[in-house]
Amino acid sequence: MDAFIHQVLSGLATGGIYASLALALVMIYQVTRLVNFAQGEMAMFSTYIAWSLINAGMGYWPAFLLTVLFAFAVGVVIERVVIRPVENAPVLAIVVVFIALLVILNSATGWIYSYTIKTFPSPFPKEPLFGNKYMSSHELGAIGVTLVVLVLLYVFFRFTPLGLAMRAVAQNPESSRLVGIRVGWMLALGWGLAAAVGAVAGMMIAPIVYLDPNMMGGILLYAFAAALLGGIDSPGGAVIGGFAVGVLENVLGAYVIGNDLKLSVALGLIIGVLLVRPSGLFGKVNVSRV
Amino acid sequence: MALLEAKGLRASYGPTRVLHGIDFAIDEGSITAVLGANGAGKTTTLRALCGMVKTEGDVRFGGARIDGRLTEDIVRLGIAHVPDGRGTFVNLTTEENLRLGAYTRKDRAAVESDLARIFAYFPRLKERRRQQAGTLSGGEQQMLAVSRALMLRPKLLLLDEPSFGLAPLLVRELFEIMRTVNQRERVSILLVEQNAAMALALANRAYLIETGRVVLSGAADEIRRDDAVRRSYLGY
Ligand SMILES: Nc1ncnc2c1ncn2[C@@H]1O[C@H](COP(=O)(O)OP(=O)(O)OP(=O)(O)O)[C@@H](O)[C@H]1O
Ligand SMILES: [Mg+2]
Repeated sequence: MDAFIHQVLSGLATGGIYASLALALVMIYQVTRLVNFAQGEMAMFSTYIAWSLINAGMGYWPAFLLTVLFAFAVGVVIERVVIRPVENAPVLAIVVVFIALLVILNSATGWIYSYTIKTFPSPFPKEPLFGNKYMSSHELGAIGVTLVVLVLLYVFFRFTPLGLAMRAVAQNPESSRLVGIRVGWMLALGWGLAAAVGAVAGMMIAPIVYLDPNMMGGILLYAFAAALLGGIDSPGGAVIGGFAVGVLENVLGAYVIGNDLKLSVALGLIIGVLLVRPSGLFGKVNVSRV
Repeated sequence: MALLEAKGLRASYGPTRVLHGIDFAIDEGSITAVLGANGAGKTTTLRALCGMVKTEGDVRFGGARIDGRLTEDIVRLGIAHVPDGRGTFVNLTTEENLRLGAYTRKDRAAVESDLARIFAYFPRLKERRRQQAGTLSGGEQQMLAVSRALMLRPKLLLLDEPSFGLAPLLVRELFEIMRTVNQRERVSILLVEQNAAMALALANRAYLIETGRVVLSGAADEIRRDDAVRRSYLGY
């Protein structure tokens, strides 16, 4: 029983990371109607920046904050410089751009930092917190960090004028222009936020999976499964989907299909959701009248 | 001086030219009606003024060129547009829709009092303030669209068939509100309207557009007496 509880709880910890990354995917999907395949590599690259800062002697949390800001700026620049010019291009062209971004970030990181696996520090103590026997303190801390990020995003989108403007742009760019919203900047801001959230996810997962240029491949797949499960245009659904996928992956891996085949859980989910309920569990059914 | 002046306004959708050089002026504080058959180019004229369609020609607002500028920048000068099809943010609440109308304004306190005033004009919107706007009835969404535009506190209001889908009683109410807004708050109005009789009764000036050209313009009273207009648009 203890082992089972352990599997579920540590599933929640990785699930939180999938949830963050899934949320980043959803944020970009809502404005582009496309899945940003480079989301994982953007997070990976940011995590390397954090590694450099920490190795240069910076404290963990200052490095963490600086990395989040850096990721935000990179996200904005990518939107302005790379995505903007192909905004109105056919879907396939944009997908190719996403994939190119993925490959470029991956190989640039490999070139700068080499492909050797590195350890990445956790800001949380080695001994389990509160003397609990189920979760490492990093797992507990990662859940905490994830929850803080989710609450901040919720408050931003729900209660600030800028958050409202971003939601408006996601659903009706033309009307948004007609109330004076600078739509281009809102899109860039969305990319920045998604990249920042991804960076947090990268820094939280790196102590678990170690740091290497390919670290996010599998994780992005889980995040994608999570986003689909929750409904690709539902932020709340992506979060719930993330936690669900984390737990499912751990429990199935431990008791049913074995750890080696864990990734197939993600693939199975993706195919299952697409076949049975493409809009996901919480995918919005738009109500509108003509 | 005219508040808004367009000279040789042309507009195209892709390769298809739809407006072939339209000239008109809107005097400060006036109500100007635009009439024309379906497909004449009324909606396109409003879209061209706001930079929502590819345009050529000279458009001035308060003396400054606005042609070729971004829609959001034109709006920020004080031009609110109730578009064809209402442009509701269907997944946001009624209140969020209204607050978006005031997105560019910095005067918080005045925004709150304007919101209260809108709710006084349209009690239905107040009842439904927390409801998803997409679930409002067509008429309610039309009121919402006009209200959202008013929340900008515009200098010029462009209205594309604001009475579309409204019950007769509400149409009269809406026209009354337009008159009030125009007289009390000195908002100039450019009105595209199928109900030519009511539009001409409200307006100071009117333009008649046919296939992308102005074919008749003048004081609303004169236009109303024009034989061709009477037969085609007023139906008597
Ligand atoms: N998006 C578009 N792409 C191509 N052609 C268009 C588009 N929108 C309008 N048109 C064409 O432009 C012409 C003018 O259309 P517009 O919508 O301005 O007419 P309107 O006067 O507003 O008509 P209505 O009274 O039916 O609203 C029409 O011939 C129409 O077919
Ligand atoms: Mg029209």
